Amino acid sequence: MAEPITVNGTPQPIPDDPRVTLLDFLRHDLGLTGTKKGCDHGQCGACTVIVNGIRINSCLTLAAMHEGDSVTTIEGLGTPDEPSPLQRAFLEHDGFQCGYCTPGQICSATALLQELAENWPSDASEKLEGSIAITSEEIRERMSGNLCRCGAYANIVAAIEEIAAGETA
Amino acid sequence: MKVHFKQDEPDNANRLDGMKQDVLGKPVSRVEGLAKVTGTAPYAAEYPVANCAEGVLVTSTIARGDATHIDKDSVLSMPGVLAVIDDERLTTRAAQGTANEAPKQGPRQVCYWGQPIALVVAESFEQARDAAKHLGVEYREEGGAPLDPASAETEEQEDETVRQGDLAQAMRDAAHSVDVTYTTKGHASAAMEPHAAIAEWEGDRLTVHASLQMLNYNISELADALGVEEENIRLVSRFVGGGFGSKLGISEEVVAAALAARELGRPVRVVLSRQQVFQCIMRRSETTQRLRLAATSDGTLTGFGHEALVSNLPGEEFAEPVLQSSHFLYGGENRELMLMVARIHRMTAGSVRAPGEAAGMPALEAAMDVLAEKAGIDPVELRLRNIPEKNPEEGLPFSSHTLAQCLKQGADAFGWDSGPRRPRQRREGEWWIGTGMASAARVHNIAEARARVTLRPDGTALVETDMTDIGTGTYTILAQIAGEMLGLPPKTVMVDLGDTAHPRGPGSGGSWGAPSIGSAVYVACKAIREELAAKAGVAEDRLELKKGATSDGQEIGDLLGGKDLVREGHYEPGDIEDDYTASGFGAFFAEVRVNAYTGETRVDRMLGAFGFGRVLNAKTARSQCLGGITWSIGVALTEALEFDPRDGHLVNCDLAEYHVPVHRDVPDLEVAMVEERDGAASPIQAKGIGELGMCGGAAAIANAIYNACGARLFDYPMTPDRVLSVTAD
Repeated sequence: MAEPITVNGTPQPIPDDPRVTLLDFLRHDLGLTGTKKGCDHGQCGACTVIVNGIRINSCLTLAAMHEGDSVTTIEGLGTPDEPSPLQRAFLEHDGFQCGYCTPGQICSATALLQELAENWPSDASEKLEGSIAITSEEIRERMSGNLCRCGAYANIVAAIEEIAAGETA
Repeated sequence: MKVHFKQDEPDNANRLDGMKQDVLGKPVSRVEGLAKVTGTAPYAAEYPVANCAEGVLVTSTIARGDATHIDKDSVLSMPGVLAVIDDERLTTRAAQGTANEAPKQGPRQVCYWGQPIALVVAESFEQARDAAKHLGVEYREEGGAPLDPASAETEEQEDETVRQGDLAQAMRDAAHSVDVTYTTKGHASAAMEPHAAIAEWEGDRLTVHASLQMLNYNISELADALGVEEENIRLVSRFVGGGFGSKLGISEEVVAAALAARELGRPVRVVLSRQQVFQCIMRRSETTQRLRLAATSDGTLTGFGHEALVSNLPGEEFAEPVLQSSHFLYGGENRELMLMVARIHRMTAGSVRAPGEAAGMPALEAAMDVLAEKAGIDPVELRLRNIPEKNPEEGLPFSSHTLAQCLKQGADAFGWDSGPRRPRQRREGEWWIGTGMASAARVHNIAEARARVTLRPDGTALVETDMTDIGTGTYTILAQIAGEMLGLPPKTVMVDLGDTAHPRGPGSGGSWGAPSIGSAVYVACKAIREELAAKAGVAEDRLELKKGATSDGQEIGDLLGGKDLVREGHYEPGDIEDDYTASGFGAFFAEVRVNAYTGETRVDRMLGAFGFGRVLNAKTARSQCLGGITWSIGVALTEALEFDPRDGHLVNCDLAEYHVPVHRDVPDLEVAMVEERDGAASPIQAKGIGELGMCGGAAAIANAIYNACGARLFDYPMTPDRVLSVTAD
């Protein structure tokens, strides 16, 4: 008997068909349609979810590979009644237009803040060791896997910067 | 009660400015925003429908010919497979915007590589996808299909042709002249949400949840394709994950889902793969453009020539309207404009954000930079000297004209140096640094629109129309317009969009959404105000409404006497469309870095100043401008559709190979909104803004590349190899 996947705190059985991606499992089997399918090839980031604290493209992994894992989707970050600080900042800064890439952007940004807190370096970092300064260039580099065709990038960066500044203050 | 208003005259009364709620134009956050940021806004494929089967399209692997045999038995015994649909009514292209009739049907006849030929339906998506890959198809290929626009037969778009004076003579007589040829590559809309539909029949009644921009046209297109009455169809598109032209017309998955659901007697969902979206929806045509500019010694244009070659499939009426703004942007009494279409068997060419100007303005505005250099005139000044008093071809007055203001205000805000310009003046390490600018122009469009507004005794209101919000902000601006007119905070105005059960709006396209549907809501609200004024015993133009009450304290609920007050506004543009040349205008300024060794260009900062009539919401309007500028970066530097010369198939059909700008490609962007009131544009004095922001911006970057490193390029996008090929040392 396979161990279940825990999604937003609730254990869920692994699907029978081994071809089912984690993305389709979330969207179709569990009805968690907040996670979006934009390309199904790991090219756009719309399907970004957080697995055991790390952001991944859920279209590039099969549900069957996640026995015992803990998955957080956009629905697990906040609700219309109780949005997360990042969700509220995206709303305030108009960090979206059509809204389709938005859950992926927000999941990605949520994990990004953790990566910055743990001083993971990126291509935009001045050095590989030690603390990482939170600059807009650092945010842009780390968010470049999340495409937004409406062109809301400037506002998305502003939203993330506001929250990042609050967390370090 | 229905209220019709046909606008023959400009409306300069600016009634909205006299209203008291003071919410219109304010930077109100999107009213549907919480649903989007929490992932609870449902897009087309996401409606929970019981017993829904899954369909996957199969597409052709030849450019031209016939699918002579579809071997259904090759997949019908595979697990879960329910049917192979090859109905003659399947559509093989997306309809062009505002077509109002079915696009080409008959899947057995193949006109381009990647054309849908059948739909495989199974219990699960995984089963359908597998079966679709295994479906046996035999073809009779008709070889020799023309695939290259440079060598194919061409047709002249005669309604675009202008011959005025003698341009050749003007070029010979000119103190300064420019005769240059530019090319642009094709572009993809690449909206983030792939096209999707869930079709469900109840008896003879069909409901489709789809991702479409213009339901008012799409319903007729679908009815025509299926051969059913429009009254029996309901289309729903409450949330659309981006359109940019790709969802203007009914697309193949909608008709396929409807036919499959009919045949199987159960709901069917069809979602296009990203590759299919690229290959069987719409491309922006590549262009080749010759620009001829003749000027006097002080830079005044005496001659203006713009000829363009674009392409499309045989039989398609759409031709990328490259010359659209060239007809009126600058003066020059000797004019020659011509648009040619090459007939080739590549996928359908159609509307992609800002059809026409998105390709034409980058060429024109780069040529203007060449002229400015030759004449030794500052590029901003050159443009200021050539703004015509009236349309130089038709003689029509402009409805309003903000180009000069945008140029000046933009230059100031950017810190534009109007001193002498020479390339290769600033170097930091490996990087050449330079600046460039360009004008922006995008024709103003407006269309007939209907919306129903209900004012309720509890002090709330409801706006209903089949108009869509594709990320443009429709939900929010309609709540603001109704709130302003009726004296209600926007959060008490419910806006219900994207459902053909409601009165027909104009659809989202050509930047006409906000002025058109906004005017319909305005007309309905004005009628409601007249009724309220009568009840309150004052003239309508004296009625002051704020926070749900009149200025003398009468609550709206009391005035209504416990009953809903309902008015359907019907706006129709009349003579204003013919009596004026109406356009949004603007100016772009860019600073770029070009790597001296790799040829890589990075945009360091960019500013756009835009005049587009009344600003309905400062936050969402700015976002539209930001989006347009972001697209300008893609057009300038990275976006290019590449076709295989052997079979015409689109090679870079995904988001890894077709390069839209990503976060790190886009610097801090600045937007200056040059607010005006344009009464000849619409009764709410607003024009569109969704497309203006990308009409010319690529040229500002191209001109900055030249100013930075001296690479004068004539081919977009300006990729590192191209930059290096013309960079000295």
